[in-house]
Amino acid sequence: MMKKLTLIILCLMIVVISFSQEKTKKYAKIPSVDIKTVDGESFNTSEISNDGKPIIISFWALWCKPCIREMTAIADVYEDWVDETGVKLFAISIDDARSSAKVLPTVNGKGWEYEFLLDPNGDFKRAMNVNMIPHTFLLNGKGEIVWQHTSFAEGSELELYELVQKVTKGEDINE
Amino acid sequence: MKKIDLSVLLIVLFSVFPFSIKAQNFLDGGQVHGNFQIDAQYYEPDDKIGADTIPEKFLMNAFGNIIYTNGDFTAGFRYELYLNPLEGFDKRLEGNGIPYRFASYKKDKFEITVGNFYDQFGSGLIFRAYEEWNLGVDNSVDGIRVKISPFKGVTFKGIYGKQRYFWDKSPGIVRGADADFFLNDIFKKWQEKKTKITIGGSFVSVYQPDDPGLKLHLPLNVAAFAGRFNISHGKVNFSGEYAYKINDPDQINNFIYKNGEALLLTASYSQKGLGVLLAVKRIDNMSYKSNRLENSYALDVNFLPPLTKQHTYSMAAMYPYATQPNGEMGLQAQVVYTIPKKSKLGGKYGTTIAVNFSVVNSINKQKINDTIPIDEYGTLGYKSDFFKLGDTKYFEDFNIEITKKISKKWKLIASYLNIIYNIDVVEGHPGEEMVHANIGILDLTYKFTPKKSLRLEYQQLFTKQDKGDWLAFMLEFTIAPKWFFSVMDQYNYGNPDNNKQLHYYTISAGYTKKANRIALSYGRQRQGIICVGGVCREVPASNGLTLTISSSF
Repeated sequence: MMKKLTLIILCLMIVVISFSQEKTKKYAKIPSVDIKTVDGESFNTSEISNDGKPIIISFWALWCKPCIREMTAIADVYEDWVDETGVKLFAISIDDARSSAKVLPTVNGKGWEYEFLLDPNGDFKRAMNVNMIPHTFLLNGKGEIVWQHTSFAEGSELELYELVQKVTKGEDINE
Repeated sequence: MKKIDLSVLLIVLFSVFPFSIKAQNFLDGGQVHGNFQIDAQYYEPDDKIGADTIPEKFLMNAFGNIIYTNGDFTAGFRYELYLNPLEGFDKRLEGNGIPYRFASYKKDKFEITVGNFYDQFGSGLIFRAYEEWNLGVDNSVDGIRVKISPFKGVTFKGIYGKQRYFWDKSPGIVRGADADFFLNDIFKKWQEKKTKITIGGSFVSVYQPDDPGLKLHLPLNVAAFAGRFNISHGKVNFSGEYAYKINDPDQINNFIYKNGEALLLTASYSQKGLGVLLAVKRIDNMSYKSNRLENSYALDVNFLPPLTKQHTYSMAAMYPYATQPNGEMGLQAQVVYTIPKKSKLGGKYGTTIAVNFSVVNSINKQKINDTIPIDEYGTLGYKSDFFKLGDTKYFEDFNIEITKKISKKWKLIASYLNIIYNIDVVEGHPGEEMVHANIGILDLTYKFTPKKSLRLEYQQLFTKQDKGDWLAFMLEFTIAPKWFFSVMDQYNYGNPDNNKQLHYYTISAGYTKKANRIALSYGRQRQGIICVGGVCREVPASNGLTLTISSSF
């Protein structure tokens, strides 16, 4: 009896959800979650901003090889990206207490110049529905999530930058 | 009425609430998002590698997360399915249902969550509720969490509930409170200071009813305290946490009455192109569970991070370390240095060198008196000199990694590792010899075109112990951003048993579009340990076809 009721309610809910999706075809914004800066201060993710310019949010960890490859590939061209479009990359490390203290000295040692934040218990990762890393989000100037991508292959950064350029020009990238 | 689960109530709330109260408004501002993943494997029997015959032939783990947000309100649930759990996952996961559901409301300085939640106090030494899908770990608390930030720089948290235990809940009730102060925000004088200081403290208590079967006078409420700090001044960062737990006889420590302690200290210095880190830790009898009889990884109330580098190349990950909650002392040092671009040594693109060293030993343990042996059931267990290192080595790892972009077409990562691994203690294989392994890894990427590249991994592991020498070889072809194809072979050519000098080959392919990914792989998986964060699980040998589908929306 209980199971049936649950099932019926679930179906009902899916209808409600799909209905509401259809009606409000707008982009999601970043949820408000308390994470940390690399200095150990508390930081609320709703404060992620870039003066009306595009934002890249990338989830990564020190133990994730493809993530490191992505960060390294972008580091080579990041200066040009910033000069041309004003884009800012927020790199969210999901390293837990085992390695979160290593994030700051490692990224400095590698000479990466992104905005680094720590999500040691995966709270922001969960709120953003990230399954596997690397997982990259692109936000337009209004802070709306217009695109996301999981995994990294050499050259993926080129596609990302094409999209950043389009977003900078105010083009809709979801055909 | 009593039987109605909270999940059902929440779902009712979900679906009825929008219709009943200002339906349109509620829907207008709302957003639904989620993610799901399916991991399935078709198993083939394989006597040679010792893969068991799986009567079901096909096993699957899957989940779907749905989150609804509307302004200050968030609610969600996760459906999980293990029919039956994949090989290597805990058999107690078998089943399907909704083990995770929550609703939360957040307004300015106040946040309340009912249902399941994850959280951690400080670095987690006395409380951490988290999930790790790839390991089948989920110790979320089902209860209530309140978070208040009365002034800028001050945060208080309170948690109350029972932990998830597969498809059930812990017998113990977990209660806790945490306070966090960022001094630069609190004191006006400090606002402009270059030195930034954060301090925090937490308290946790676990209540579990008495267990007459144990014939012990048990503490029914086990309390733990922790204090922490983080000081940063320009390029220097110094942080630490100390935790204390009252006597807590449990299965893991053989029911001894000794108190527990943990200390974690980290110092780092970094500037562009150079990062140095030094960390030390001491763990003494710090297993902390919401069921004193549980002896697996389940129902951990706290998290004791291993201070060793987590390796991901298959050969480097052959001997991973896991924290020994009954006692260990260790240190880790790391230097990352980038030789600048366009210098003689650095080449056109610069070269990064990372050196990492870690060592973990037992703690010093002395008898409490002449007659009682160390760790004797129902006694104080042992005495320990805080600053004295124990005699037994658990783990040691020296590794160096060089990353270099050679030209527009070529990239190189080369590493060398020297690992000492106490297989007896870490894997619980009594009597087995200490493993000394040397590992060399070469990772080369060649770009045919800006979006097509081929990556080659060549790894060799040399050891006279355990299963002897290994060789691993992988080729991976990618077409960015959508396709990947790879072939891999791990060859145990040095196994002392001639019949076990086997190849573990795998072929895989995958397709990714935005945040949707599908991957297939076929081949043999060697028996081993996979670890994420600080937790590891043993994976038995298997052979077959694996399918992974994941999606976020």
